Amino acid sequence: MIHAFKGRIRLLTTGVALAVMMAAAPQALAATPKDTLVLAWAIDDIITLDPGEAFEISAGEIMGNAYDNLVNLDINDTSKVTPGVAASWTVSDDALTYTFKIKPDLKFASGNPITAADVAYTFERAVKLDKSPAFILTQFGLTKDNVTEKAKATDDSTFVLTVDKAYAPSFVLNCLTANVASIVDKALLEEHVADGDFGNGWLKTNYAGSGPFKMMQWRANEILVLERNDNYYGEKAKVKRAIYRHMKESSGQRLALEAGDIDVARNLEPGDLDAIAKNKEIITDAAPKGTVYYFSLNQKNANLAKPEVREALKYLVDYDAIGATLIKGIGEIHQTFLPKGMLGSLDENPYRLDVAKAKELLAKAGLADGFDVTMDVRNTQPVTGIAESVQQTFAQAGVKLSIIPGDGKQTLTKYRARNHDIYIGQWGTDYWDPHSNADTFAANPNNADDAAAKPLSWRNAWDIPELTKETAAALLERDAAKRGAMYEDLQKKVLETGPFVIVFQQTEVAAVRAEVKGYKLGPSFDTNLLSPVSKE
Amino acid sequence: MALSDTSAVTRRNRRRASSAAMGLLRFAVTTLTTVFGLLVVTFFIGRVIPIDPVLAIVGDRAPAHVVERTRIELGLNLPLYQQFFIYVEQALSGNFGTSVLTTNPVFEDIKRVFPATIELATIGTLIGAILGIPLGVLAAVKRGSIADQVVRVIGLIGYSVPIFWLGLLSLVLFYAKLRWVAYPGRIDVVYEYTFTSTTGFFLFDAAWQGQWDVFRDVFRHVILPASLLGYFSLAYISRMTRSFMLNELSQEYIVAARAKGLSETRIIWFHALRNAAVPLVTVIALSYAGLLEGSVLTETIFSWPGLGLYITNSLQNADMNAVLGGTLVIGAVFVGINIFSDLLYRTLDPRTRSR
Repeated sequence: MIHAFKGRIRLLTTGVALAVMMAAAPQALAATPKDTLVLAWAIDDIITLDPGEAFEISAGEIMGNAYDNLVNLDINDTSKVTPGVAASWTVSDDALTYTFKIKPDLKFASGNPITAADVAYTFERAVKLDKSPAFILTQFGLTKDNVTEKAKATDDSTFVLTVDKAYAPSFVLNCLTANVASIVDKALLEEHVADGDFGNGWLKTNYAGSGPFKMMQWRANEILVLERNDNYYGEKAKVKRAIYRHMKESSGQRLALEAGDIDVARNLEPGDLDAIAKNKEIITDAAPKGTVYYFSLNQKNANLAKPEVREALKYLVDYDAIGATLIKGIGEIHQTFLPKGMLGSLDENPYRLDVAKAKELLAKAGLADGFDVTMDVRNTQPVTGIAESVQQTFAQAGVKLSIIPGDGKQTLTKYRARNHDIYIGQWGTDYWDPHSNADTFAANPNNADDAAAKPLSWRNAWDIPELTKETAAALLERDAAKRGAMYEDLQKKVLETGPFVIVFQQTEVAAVRAEVKGYKLGPSFDTNLLSPVSKE
Repeated sequence: MALSDTSAVTRRNRRRASSAAMGLLRFAVTTLTTVFGLLVVTFFIGRVIPIDPVLAIVGDRAPAHVVERTRIELGLNLPLYQQFFIYVEQALSGNFGTSVLTTNPVFEDIKRVFPATIELATIGTLIGAILGIPLGVLAAVKRGSIADQVVRVIGLIGYSVPIFWLGLLSLVLFYAKLRWVAYPGRIDVVYEYTFTSTTGFFLFDAAWQGQWDVFRDVFRHVILPASLLGYFSLAYISRMTRSFMLNELSQEYIVAARAKGLSETRIIWFHALRNAAVPLVTVIALSYAGLLEGSVLTETIFSWPGLGLYITNSLQNADMNAVLGGTLVIGAVFVGINIFSDLLYRTLDPRTRSR
């Protein structure tokens, strides 16, 4: 009887083993189709694909590939712009009027012609929708009431923009390279208007542009498909399709890249980057990006408000160790608020770990025995690692740092309400111009709790009327070289006295299979262009 | 005599009808209380968590006036009790609102992500039950033997090893080294253009449309995460089967059956297991419901666009519409599976039928 039972069990296990083996017949090395580029990337930050509304990093890259602007950032010299939809432009002597000549015979992906009316509509739409990125345009004095007058098509090929102050032309042109100024297809959008929303509801998940690629499909947290736009006037994209697959896990991306199931992995962590370094089939490309990681000291905290303490804490960070381990390959030490590569960027890193000096400064502040302080840390790398490193080095001078871990949105909510002691986080430029960062690190027009503008300096209650004036003055300096010098000066002052301990600038790294040619990360998030990429 | 017989029958029928009505009423009350409790809890969790929901919608960089306008649009400036009424009213009318993260109506999102989870959980549970029950039976029958020890160790590993570790390890082995299975995701990019799923159940759709190469590809994607989930439910199911079987095998009717000379196979598989199956149904149903909730870690590692990932992502971003919708669906699923296992219970165990 037992014997019979055994027999059954044996039959069963054999059957199961057979089934598993059949399901698992080995396959040849998988390869993606030659005309399709497959990228693995965490794209869960995308909440909209409307250029008038989108303000997220992944969305920025999609816009950069699928839309065109009047002018674009020159990726070879990021202090300049190159013509996009505009063939040429002139600035009036009083620097208030910008006249753009639109290239003739351009078409949107839909086949509709691109005229100055589309450009004017783009401005009107962005300003009237008034979504998060709209301020990039409204800061030139455009309002819902005056935008149709101030941003106007005078004929089919001429677009005239009138600004309210004699801004540095480099500033205005730089702002026009932002996603919010991407030219949209007026005729197409007007077919999809609902309740006067300028087609916003439809465009969140659809496409109305003229870039080298068309956005075909987006399934949140799953996939985003770009396809070559044959109506594009410039050099056509080399691959027919580019597919972004949402993959969050670094190790999963690495495995898929090694197996050839994806062509590009975008979120590899230092450990996985090290591991693929030996693989001949995979190359990496890196580019510094406009994001700096920093921790900041709330000036509402009496201890942190002392200038000596601010300075002492800058000496209590082991920059070398952090650079060599925690951010190896994904960032480099950078202590000033303008990212490398931007007009006026100052590449000076004067601070090093110096416990003796820090102790001396703390003693001068009357805190020779140190003090207790908290830091809000969101639970992702590399910030957790940096926070732990800082906790250790602070302790060497008697500063007892307690880490409060939290989710990203949670720590940010607290930070925005100025309820933190120390906050660690990152700041990416809103648009490629030094004013974007100067306006947040070195200007605080009103330090009251109910202020209208709440830049980073406000969030840390840093009251700086002088610096605020200097930041405003730099915006109106029309000579680019002089303007650059003014930003250098601002960076020095913030570096010496500010409540920001800037640690490093992010480097974006992509690991690419060797058969992919021409993949190059750009200087900003929206210049990771795919059109020159081909596959062998 | 005949008269009293009929009256007894009608009386019994009436009693049955009234008890059925009572049962229905009890069921309705339980369900409603559960759903109401769910609504209250999700609402207050959503309001208590220290995350500003406006932040999720407009992002960190939005100017102050945009933040304020959005706050008013969302009704977050109203008193808490008014917000609650609006919330309940919307939920009752089946309108879960629009998800902030995906910009789709929450209902549409759930329709998209839930089939992915169901597919995974169903295959996982099938694997767990088909392998777990025989293993449990084997362990019980050969109690104390090597086989029993092996089954117990398998169970112990299943209980104690973290799934993300096992997930990554199995990816390295079965995908990267052996290439038996496909990479994370539900389907190869090659098929993104040739295959459209109508129901959201990729395996079913591929078979229905006769696209066997797609079916094969989808199967290669689903089998590893499903096996992992299957392994974890196997660990649970085999252990429970073992203890239920041990209990049955020590009963007197087994001795009686043996004395009557029935074959051991028949005793184990038809008598003992039949009786052990009754509580086992609940075990399997609960483990299935647990998998339907979505296993966040598995879904993350295998880039599986399922319900668990959707809800976690939404919760982290304070996307309360999505969290509410997802929670209610899970609640409904739990209630549904409980009812189903109750019904099964009645079919399997005649003693529970009369009441």
